[in-house]
Amino acid sequence: MATVELRFSALPEHVRTARLVAAAVARRAGVDEAVLDEVRLAVGEACTRAVGLHRTNNITAPVRVALVEDEKKFSIEVGDEVPGSPAGAGAVPGVRGLDGEPLPGGPVSDNGDAAESDDEMGLAVISGLVDDVEVTSGETGGIIRMSWPTTPAPVLP
Amino acid sequence: MDLSLSTRTVGDRTVVEVGGEIDVYTAPKLREQLVELVNDGSYHLVVDMERVDFLDSTGLGVLVGGLKRVRAHEGSLRLVCNQERILKIFRITGLTKVFPIHTSVDEAVAATD
Repeated sequence: MATVELRFSALPEHVRTARLVAAAVARRAGVDEAVLDEVRLAVGEACTRAVGLHRTNNITAPVRVALVEDEKKFSIEVGDEVPGSPAGAGAVPGVRGLDGEPLPGGPVSDNGDAAESDDEMGLAVISGLVDDVEVTSGETGGIIRMSWPTTPAPVLP
Repeated sequence: MDLSLSTRTVGDRTVVEVGGEIDVYTAPKLREQLVELVNDGSYHLVVDMERVDFLDSTGLGVLVGGLKRVRAHEGSLRLVCNQERILKIFRITGLTKVFPIHTSVDEAVAATD
């Protein structure tokens, strides 16, 4: 089970809450202070994308964020409940569907669709920020998995 | 923290001072402000981001949208930013090539192409 799990209604105002919680748990898990800004930004981008997908597809289910503390790494999973290939997921190099096939919807030329280009920009920021990132998509929805190394917490007296 | 916006005119430039967090929730307010300025005939904008604590891709999208609008009137949109964590986002996305980024409002106001 996740160290901390968060579910929130797909509303823009809750994305900030997810950022704050993720940063707090990451700090506790021993993620380097210098990297916390990146964690905050990456989880915000992933949640923004999930909120957008839920809203454009009229999905009332909440967005799910799992924050998992392991011995040597801290992982974040942001899950949406939009089935099929998320638009733009193919834009991230190396991103595959669960069946291992490259996803359709790679970089799209300027089609004037603001929502879609925002989505691509979000993924571009995530892939630029996080070394260990995986975007998958299945019948029940998509998941963005990201992880950061942790340093062991100092032993308190 | 919410978004704070204030505008002032310096010569033929309009300086928009932004503070707080620009994200999916607050970015629409910044978009409205930029659209309103352009609709009112302000085509040379300087966006001062020195008091911005957080910026995500939604915010970048709004700034790019603002740039598109002023360019339609042969205007300009310059940014003022010295914060490394904000500048990093422009670098990752390649937008440092798109926006002139200045170290002070004075410098941005004095700049010409």
